[in-house]
Amino acid sequence: MPQLLLELFSEEIPARMQPGAASELERTAAQRLSRASLTFEQMASFAGPRRLALVVDGLPARQVDQTEERKGPRVGAPETALAGFLRQAGVAREDLIERDGVWFANLARAGRPTIELVGKIAADLVTQFAWPKSMVWGSGSLRWVRPLHRILCVFDEQTVSLAVDGIVGADLTEGHRFMGEPGPFAARDFESYRAGLEARFVILDPADRRRRILEGARALCQAQGITLIEDDGLLEEVTGMVEWPVPLLGAMDRRFLDLPPEVIRTSMRTHQRYFAARAPDGALAPFFIAVANVEASDGGGLIAAGNARVLAARLEDARYFWEEDRRLSLEDRLGALAGITFHGKLGSMLERVARLEVLTRAIAPKVGAEATLALAAARLAKADLTTAMVGEFPELQGIMGGYYAKAEGLDPAIAAAVADHYKPQGPSESAPVAPVTIAVALADKLDTILAFFSIGEKPTGSRDPFALRRSALGVIRIILDNRLRLPLGEIIAASPFPADGVMDFFADRLKVLLRERGARHDLVDAVFAIGDDDLTRVVALIEALDGFLHTDNGENLLSGYRRASNILAAEARKGPLPVGAAARPSGPPEEVTLFDALENVRPRLAEAMEKEDFAAGLDALASLRPSVDAFFDAVLVNSTIPRERDGRLALLMLVRAAMGRVADFSRISG
Amino acid sequence: MVSRALSFQDIILTLHGFWSERGCVILQPYDVEVGAGTLHPATILRALGPKPWRAAYVQPSRRPSDGRHGDNPNRLRQFHQYQVILKPNPPDMQGLYLASLEAVGIDPRLHDIRFVEDDWENPTVGAWGLGWEVWCDGMEISQYTYFQQVGGLDVSPVSGEITYGLERLALYVQGVESIYDLAFNDPQSPDFMTYGDVFMESEREFSAFEQEQADTAILERQFQDMEAMVPRLLAAKGRRGQPLVLPAFDHVLKASHLFNLLDARGAIAVAQRQSYIGAIRDLCRACAQAWVKLQAADA
Repeated sequence: MPQLLLELFSEEIPARMQPGAASELERTAAQRLSRASLTFEQMASFAGPRRLALVVDGLPARQVDQTEERKGPRVGAPETALAGFLRQAGVAREDLIERDGVWFANLARAGRPTIELVGKIAADLVTQFAWPKSMVWGSGSLRWVRPLHRILCVFDEQTVSLAVDGIVGADLTEGHRFMGEPGPFAARDFESYRAGLEARFVILDPADRRRRILEGARALCQAQGITLIEDDGLLEEVTGMVEWPVPLLGAMDRRFLDLPPEVIRTSMRTHQRYFAARAPDGALAPFFIAVANVEASDGGGLIAAGNARVLAARLEDARYFWEEDRRLSLEDRLGALAGITFHGKLGSMLERVARLEVLTRAIAPKVGAEATLALAAARLAKADLTTAMVGEFPELQGIMGGYYAKAEGLDPAIAAAVADHYKPQGPSESAPVAPVTIAVALADKLDTILAFFSIGEKPTGSRDPFALRRSALGVIRIILDNRLRLPLGEIIAASPFPADGVMDFFADRLKVLLRERGARHDLVDAVFAIGDDDLTRVVALIEALDGFLHTDNGENLLSGYRRASNILAAEARKGPLPVGAAARPSGPPEEVTLFDALENVRPRLAEAMEKEDFAAGLDALASLRPSVDAFFDAVLVNSTIPRERDGRLALLMLVRAAMGRVADFSRISG
Repeated sequence: MVSRALSFQDIILTLHGFWSERGCVILQPYDVEVGAGTLHPATILRALGPKPWRAAYVQPSRRPSDGRHGDNPNRLRQFHQYQVILKPNPPDMQGLYLASLEAVGIDPRLHDIRFVEDDWENPTVGAWGLGWEVWCDGMEISQYTYFQQVGGLDVSPVSGEITYGLERLALYVQGVESIYDLAFNDPQSPDFMTYGDVFMESEREFSAFEQEQADTAILERQFQDMEAMVPRLLAAKGRRGQPLVLPAFDHVLKASHLFNLLDARGAIAVAQRQSYIGAIRDLCRACAQAWVKLQAADA
């Protein structure tokens, strides 16, 4: 079956955009092909520094024949109108079909050769491609991520005719910039394309490049007796920066090893895109792995030496920052925080620090943190934003503050809190456990959420520019992972910002988290509805409730609850429900039994809930089940005697109230 | 390689020869203090409007905040950019650039030359473009940009801009660790000079001036004077009835440098910063608009 091969050959595509571009190409191509009624067996796309390629296998040689129904004039329309329609549609009068007083023509359209269709499709893919950022160049008007030079488009080994803004489709592409035979070469099918590239030092498939980098880097480390520190994000990026990966081992001067390892690794990673390695003792090894794009004729010695020199200059700068930054204590840096804007509408970092202190003061006693340490940590947490090192490497915020705090000889609990108060930043990072750190980490996130809510920056849909969802999830994880007993509402009230909508936001986030962990979101709603702001208790209750509803008693009690609620709701529509406490009824026995059971259960339930023994509380509720069932079987609530009716309604209200101590059962779905 | 390496001035002369052969007018540095070669009117104004243009020149670039009194081997308050602008950018511009590297002694088969994403933006002149920083064995030696907007206006045709960091390039070509040790001219010559021989004293004195001695009250006053001149010059008429765009633009450049000086003296509070940048951007935009209009009238 015929194959389509398309390659868009351009100047260097940013590495970070390549994976997205490959899937965009595949997605839009599949869409366009199916719109043209062209089926295919399989499709693959590849992105690299200078090219985006697409191969589609198993396309038909021609489109399937199409039929189209075309609407003509009404029956009885003037003869000239009908004649015009026949001429236009190219059909005879006897071929028309009448439906609802209108003439229709069924036009058979023979499927067109695929090669005639794919040229237009390819041209449209190019002109309509959605790059995150695109540009124009020269005197042209085409937008692409960087200047586009060639379009290779072949179908069934034939060059497809197409032209986009002066670029004419052909069967030509180019290999590596500096290695192999220079100039363009022809490829008419995917295998010769891939092989032709490889012969000219281009590995098409990013998965192959990634594997080569990883295997090469591991081998270099192994030969040196060190271990590569694997870094998927970096590997992905480097894969997009080279067509012919050549990992090279370079040496780093040992004298830099006294710098914090995070500094060295960040400098290697963000400035130079080098991999780091560990020595057998686990410390950072004085080497790096750079991935070159060329097999140099001297074996890469010059390249490795050049890279080592650049790294040395970078680390020399870092050492200068490290030494200069320590001349000023964190405390002495606070004044400069007034000059750093947190957000245009939310004032400076210094104001933010003042708020962190207020929140930390409220949180510390609840999480077992010593208040003076926690307050000192909150006060100094943001001071490293004024250091040269964090100016250079923003991703080291917190971490550097921790090092500087330690270097100043501050209490280790303070240093740890400064270092870790941004955590957890993602699902792979664990929540802090040290009490002082917990206090500052919670204050940091709560202030962020409250501050942005106060200026109307609540996340909506996919828009969450200030990562407030991540902050909320961080708060929830810190609380749950440490089994903290924190009255969140009370803490939030300590902030100068209004709390509007914040608890609902936490409920939503908790729901998302619990759903990911397999809990039912209706149970989250049911428990949240009773207004508890202690997340640890909420989660424990949800778990207990989930178990309870899986039992026979739970299930039946839930239907009893619904029955009671429905009756009460129906009666409430007719008129006001009875007020005042229910008195012990005089009969029938099922009614008396239920009353007595409730009298017995209510104190037990209250005590269990007080002690947070949710299993006992639910057990107590479960003991109501036989009496509730028997009551509904034997007693008619809607008695014609008003006194009886009121007594029975009051009894049902008692049932509903007792269950409502645990959760709002009306929010639980079938 | 080191023995045959080009001196600092030979790199410049080689690039002059290279780009001259490719149709560039070889200009002199602009004689107003600027922070980057892009600000030379030969780039920023010529990038606007429809007329083709090819130019190359060296531009001493002043960055008062970077002064280190001659103590730091890698950082200068004034360095040199070699600037090339090709409008419209030719299709093989990357190839031309790579050939220029070979001309100054960087063999791409022996070194690792890479185009690494780096989108350029200069908010004070309302300009941005897409391109790369160019790495040689991990060292950034050039900036390569396709302008998309200048002075807040879309450009058409597009100019390609190449900015070589001459000191960085020379460090690489000569294999030297400190800028001050670079061979400025031929090391074999009896009149041999290092980069330090030529510029060390200037680095020391200007670092002290720019970071310690410059009088901020005077600078502020001068800034206001420059700011006031721009609209007046744009409203004035030359003998052919044209607005005085080029003199106005000189005053924008001067205002921009005064801002940099005030900044280096720590005299600009955070709250003021945006308003200074905004003021310069507006002046620059006014010049850009007047220039485009003038070009259209001229065409």
